[in-house]
Amino acid sequence: MSITLTLFLIVVGITLVITAWAARRTRTTVQFWAAGRSIKGWQNGLAIAGDYMSAASFLGIAGLIAFNGYDGFMYSVGWLVAYLTVLFLIAEPMRNTGKYTMADVLAYRMSPVPVRSAAAFSTVAVSAAYMMAQMIGAGSLIKILLPDLDKNLRPYFDWAIFGTKLDPSIALVGLMMMIYVIAGGMVATTWVQIVKAVLLMGGAILLSLLVLFYFNFNILSFFDKIYSVKDKATGLPFTSPGILYPYGKTTIWGVDKALVENVSLGMALILGTAGLPHILMRFFTVPNAKAARASVAWAMGLIGSFYIMTTFLGFGAAALIGKANICAQVVAGFKCAPGLKPNNNMSMPRLADFLGTHFFGTTGGEFLLAFIAAVAFATILAVVAGLTLAASSAFSHDFYVNVVRTHIFHGQVSEGEQVLVARVTAALVGLLSIWLAAKTGATANVAALVAGVAFVIAASANLPAILFTLFWKRFNTWGAVASLVGGTVVTIWLVAVGPGWTLPAVAHPEFPLQNVGIVAIPVGFALAIIGTLIGDLFKADRLAEVKFHEIDVRAQTGVGAEASPVAV
Amino acid sequence: METGGSLPRPASPPGQVAGEQVHWEGLEETPEFKELVRARWRFVAPATVFFLAYYFALPLSNGLFPSVMRTEVIGHINLAYLFALSQFIVAWLLAFFYIRQATRVFDPLAEKVRQRAARGR
Repeated sequence: MSITLTLFLIVVGITLVITAWAARRTRTTVQFWAAGRSIKGWQNGLAIAGDYMSAASFLGIAGLIAFNGYDGFMYSVGWLVAYLTVLFLIAEPMRNTGKYTMADVLAYRMSPVPVRSAAAFSTVAVSAAYMMAQMIGAGSLIKILLPDLDKNLRPYFDWAIFGTKLDPSIALVGLMMMIYVIAGGMVATTWVQIVKAVLLMGGAILLSLLVLFYFNFNILSFFDKIYSVKDKATGLPFTSPGILYPYGKTTIWGVDKALVENVSLGMALILGTAGLPHILMRFFTVPNAKAARASVAWAMGLIGSFYIMTTFLGFGAAALIGKANICAQVVAGFKCAPGLKPNNNMSMPRLADFLGTHFFGTTGGEFLLAFIAAVAFATILAVVAGLTLAASSAFSHDFYVNVVRTHIFHGQVSEGEQVLVARVTAALVGLLSIWLAAKTGATANVAALVAGVAFVIAASANLPAILFTLFWKRFNTWGAVASLVGGTVVTIWLVAVGPGWTLPAVAHPEFPLQNVGIVAIPVGFALAIIGTLIGDLFKADRLAEVKFHEIDVRAQTGVGAEASPVAV
Repeated sequence: METGGSLPRPASPPGQVAGEQVHWEGLEETPEFKELVRARWRFVAPATVFFLAYYFALPLSNGLFPSVMRTEVIGHINLAYLFALSQFIVAWLLAFFYIRQATRVFDPLAEKVRQRAARGR
């Protein structure tokens, strides 16, 4: 196992050096937050793909397919189609009207104090939920690389915070990542994301080719093998829908519950992306709307290709290793070590181990496992950096500088003070997500978690606020705050009282669905409308309507858009 | 160096806000702008309705017609998988058509409005 660990550390080390190098090139605020607005379309496309494809895509989807067959592939489909929402409605207007953060666009029309505070709240919520899943993913990798770590550290972690004992691997790797991201100046620069996107695509292509090679490039015999894998509970072959959420079991509101879960999941997947703060921030790094459009096209090409490859990665793990044998440590013949529970987040690394061993012997398996684990780790670290940046900029730029210091305690804010606030925010969000990860448990699937919480908050809180700000003349501060705060609170509440992802499943949850989007997203939009109408009654916010004409013209045409220092 | 804290444009005195409002409303009323908005929605509205309908058709048909979706087309590759795969193709095609339309139609119209804005109407 020592070769694996050494090689893992080398690859991770190279990534860290590149990050540090990129950090030194970042000087001014506009460089720090928007990369000088001089990024080319294709570069930004790669960076969006890098920011977007997290542990959820790389480890999570493969795991869902490996354990549930076809139903896991629905995540791949939804997460690509989501980019049409971004391309048609969000990318260009955002670039034309924005500056650094999502809240800048909202504050254009709305009263800055309430709307920036509310946006900071929803952004921190999305980031913490997203990061919780990344922590679980990173923890899974460490559990594979150092199977005895949990056992050895357990005595030191035998205390509870609010009734939850921390998971040693997750806590350790989570803290290390946070220290690195915070001390390194929190760079999630475009170059880091580009390097990471290339590594991730390379890893996925390599494993897909090896899976195909195993079947002599015969897709039909690959599918024959998948078909021969049967789900124990339903008896269905893995090629068939209905394993993750079995059809015809229970009904809810008079409809098959599995159908409702799948539609609800779909809503979160395709509407959530357009409200993700760390993705929206990417559109402020390009010179103009045309480049924003081009970057979405590049991102869609890369992301779509990757998601099609999850067919080989996920089904490959199901067919070649099998659900029962995917866990932190395997013994001879790729069987789970005694006493260990399967963990679907480990499907990708286990598949790498299996294929490497099959084609190149034991050492080959160790090498390939190390490589894939390192790629996954770099993926997670880059996403954690991006999320940290989004959360801390929302808090320090939107809330602290533009609300607290501008309107409550007047005064000039030094860069040092701003960066300090950003770092403290980042540390708090990091600790919160480590705790949430421990509470959810290390075996919860990371893709299901991201889609189930972060994407629902983004779709129910952020998306209505952004869409209505750009396109609805009567929309006002009341509506924006109602959806940003209300959407976030409703989502968190429904998830908290719902069945959740912790195993064993809760028997009779107060809310029956795992995927709460089908309720939370309409509620978010309704709150935006009701809030606006109430605000109208009080004639509280005349400026929002006056300013609509300006944002309308600017969003559509790019008149007066924040200029790129290079292009001007 | 910017220290943050500034809104995208500096806060203006009330009189100037009214003046600006006239400026922006004026631009909104120009034939070029109206044509741009109309052209954009003429593409975006049907395309959005189409992709939403096509996307949700997948989980709906998986749930409502499970035996049809399990029909195997080639070997053990079934209809459900091929439908899912077609979503990728449709998404890429729609993106391609949008970008082509934007480059050919929306960009020149937006440029006209920008020129008008630069001339101060």
